[in-house]
Amino acid sequence: MTQMPGTIKAAKMTDTKISARNVQVYYGDTHAIKDVNIEIGSRAVTAFIGPSGCGKSTFLRCLNRMNDTIDICRVEGNIDLDGEDIYDSRVDPVQLRAKVGMVFQKPNPFPKSIYDNIAYGPRIHGLVRKKAELDEIVASSLQKAGLWNEVKDRLDGPGTGLSGGQQQRLCIARAIAVSPEVILMDEPCSALDPIATAKVEELIDELRENFTIVIVTHSMQQAARVSQRTAFFHMGNLVEIGDTQDIFTNPVDKRTQDYITGRFG
Amino acid sequence: MPLSLLFASCLLIAALAFLMGRGKAFKSAGGDIRKLHSLPGYYGWNSALMVLLPSMAALVIWLAVQPLVINSSVSQMISTQSVEASSLDLIMSDVRRVAEGLNKAVEAGAMTEAEVSGATAESMNVRERLGAVGVALGSDVSNETLQAAQSYRDLSATSGLLRTIAVLALALGGLVFGVVRTNKDFRARNTVERVILGLLIAAASIAILTTVGIVFSLIFNTVEFFKLYPAADFFFGLTWSPSFGGGSDLGILPLIWATLYISLIALAVSVPVGLFAAIYLSEYAAPLVRSVAKPLLEVLAGIPTIVYGLFALLTVGPLLVDIFGSNGVLHLGWMQGGTAVMTAGLVMGIMLIPFVSSLSDDIINAVPQAMRDGSLGLGATHSETVKQVILPAALPGIVGAILLAASRAIGETMIVVLGAGAAARLSMNPFDAMTTVTAKIVSQLTGDADFASPEALVAFALGMTLFVMTLGLNVIALYIVRKYREQYE
Ligand SMILES: Nc1ncnc2c1ncn2[C@@H]1O[C@H](COP(=O)(O)OP(=O)(O)OP(=O)(O)O)[C@@H](O)[C@H]1O
Ligand SMILES: [Mg+2]
Repeated sequence: MTQMPGTIKAAKMTDTKISARNVQVYYGDTHAIKDVNIEIGSRAVTAFIGPSGCGKSTFLRCLNRMNDTIDICRVEGNIDLDGEDIYDSRVDPVQLRAKVGMVFQKPNPFPKSIYDNIAYGPRIHGLVRKKAELDEIVASSLQKAGLWNEVKDRLDGPGTGLSGGQQQRLCIARAIAVSPEVILMDEPCSALDPIATAKVEELIDELRENFTIVIVTHSMQQAARVSQRTAFFHMGNLVEIGDTQDIFTNPVDKRTQDYITGRFG
Repeated sequence: MPLSLLFASCLLIAALAFLMGRGKAFKSAGGDIRKLHSLPGYYGWNSALMVLLPSMAALVIWLAVQPLVINSSVSQMISTQSVEASSLDLIMSDVRRVAEGLNKAVEAGAMTEAEVSGATAESMNVRERLGAVGVALGSDVSNETLQAAQSYRDLSATSGLLRTIAVLALALGGLVFGVVRTNKDFRARNTVERVILGLLIAAASIAILTTVGIVFSLIFNTVEFFKLYPAADFFFGLTWSPSFGGGSDLGILPLIWATLYISLIALAVSVPVGLFAAIYLSEYAAPLVRSVAKPLLEVLAGIPTIVYGLFALLTVGPLLVDIFGSNGVLHLGWMQGGTAVMTAGLVMGIMLIPFVSSLSDDIINAVPQAMRDGSLGLGATHSETVKQVILPAALPGIVGAILLAASRAIGETMIVVLGAGAAARLSMNPFDAMTTVTAKIVSQLTGDADFASPEALVAFALGMTLFVMTLGLNVIALYIVRKYREQYE
């Protein structure tokens, strides 16, 4: 267990998977993330909450260097994954993203068959040599994502033909298929109905056993249900992080309290 | 009253109606706009439209019908002998010409009104007198023609007067109607909007009706042609050798072959180049490069095709001969002259590059960013993303773009007229001169062709064939493009 920097409240953690120190993010002249320090525990769910525009997505996208794809975005500071700086010039962002997968707010299946959607990652990374192995990965990913029973008879059908909730689980399965270590989810349920949301939440809870998960959510209840630790962002600052229970019952900062009790944001 | 003056007075009345309508609306609301159903301007427009619509409609109808009526009543004066000797059309055009000449002579002061109406062929040499005011006639004017011309003039004058009266009456009636109807509860806005809707519909129908008209004239003439020339020989004939003396072979196959051959070469040039350019511009180019290169490429699309034709004739053709000709650097002797399928195909390919690239660029850009993020988020590189996700997603649209380009290639004329040669030939050698459907349409209709001969009418059959081919391609292309659009909506 690593020692966390000062301002952040210590909480019991298994292992540190990702640790970020003094992270600044700029979009052109906009200072979107201001001096964030955070530790994200291994095999646990960490939730990012905070009012809209506070920089949750921006920070999440730093963790797998998706911000590199935005021209005007500049990231400073250190982010370590398993103790290695991911912004080091020797790190290939493409390989990093195979280790740190991402699920987006809006389900975005490729316009390919369900099978090919899942097989996309393994094929690109050359994870399999035989068709049978690929079949195996596709099946197990879909099973882990809780989608297998619904789609096993229509693997050749288009991924875009699924319902919104199924599509989102397909995207999760697609992310799992490359066996990442970390899965980043940016408001994965915001386009889903309560039933689909419940399924995805259940899934997140199961995935926790094998993956480190970071989830951005606007729903307090969701953060409370699925996460072990919660981080509260406000105007580009990380205000507070701690065990989910503590954050919701006993927040230290006034801003956190105001936010979770619905006084602003 | 001359037409322009009549038109101007209608506009004036309309302007007056506008002011009166608006003024009355104001007054009926006691100067309080909020009591009006619509904004005051609408009342003004409503009154103005009440003036313009009926009067202009009457004017247009009158202008269309008047010559028909006058023609038919005057042509009854022409005796059957003269019709048999010449044709009614020719005589009537003489009559109109004399009538116009007389008008001109009166205007110029060379004749008096009394002289004109009293003139007979015996008492006056009309040809000479009209020649003096600059109206040249082909032959002496017969008494019959002169009489007809006189009555033509009279009828025109009367009808012109009636027209003025009718139009002005309608305009003024409209003014009164529009203004009387105006009061604060009248729904002027809705009325005006309905009229505008009508105008929009009229504009749309003009476009559609014209297309229908074009198609019908094509069909009509094509049918005419097939009465004179067997359809089987036309569609399956292997030789094209029109001779205006008759006895021509008018087989379309050599022309179709050249058309397709040239289009194929053009597509072989434009599709890869255009597509790669589009991929580079939309996926890889820095914003600065893109902002310069894209407009530049689109400038290419604005160059008139005749310029490309000159380029083919003067630059590309000689260049190819220098390479593939008998004295060329390769000593192949494949190419005899500068005009060839290859010349036209290459230049047409260059012409189509911006077309393909700008369509493909739009289509690639339409692939949602989420698709890119999804792929990049799985650890795919940019080019893997382009190859495996973006291009497959854009493929149907790109196929549509290619089909549209193909239909442009098939219909292209100037480049083939100048670059491909004039001899119809069925040959595999791309360095031979050949000629296409479009080029032959041009050559069959230019020159002194008799429009009733199969040699001239064949142009319509060629045009119809071309029309069906490109229409088919366009329909398929649009279908594909539309189907692709649905995927993301
Ligand atoms: N591509 C971009 N270019 C410029 N500014 C951006 C970009 N993306 C985000 N920003 C800015 O960065 C700040 C943080 O945005 P971010 O998307 O991270 O917020 P968020 O917390 O995820 O909000 P939400 O809950 O609404 O998703 C905002 O002020 C936003 O305007
Ligand atoms: Mg966000």
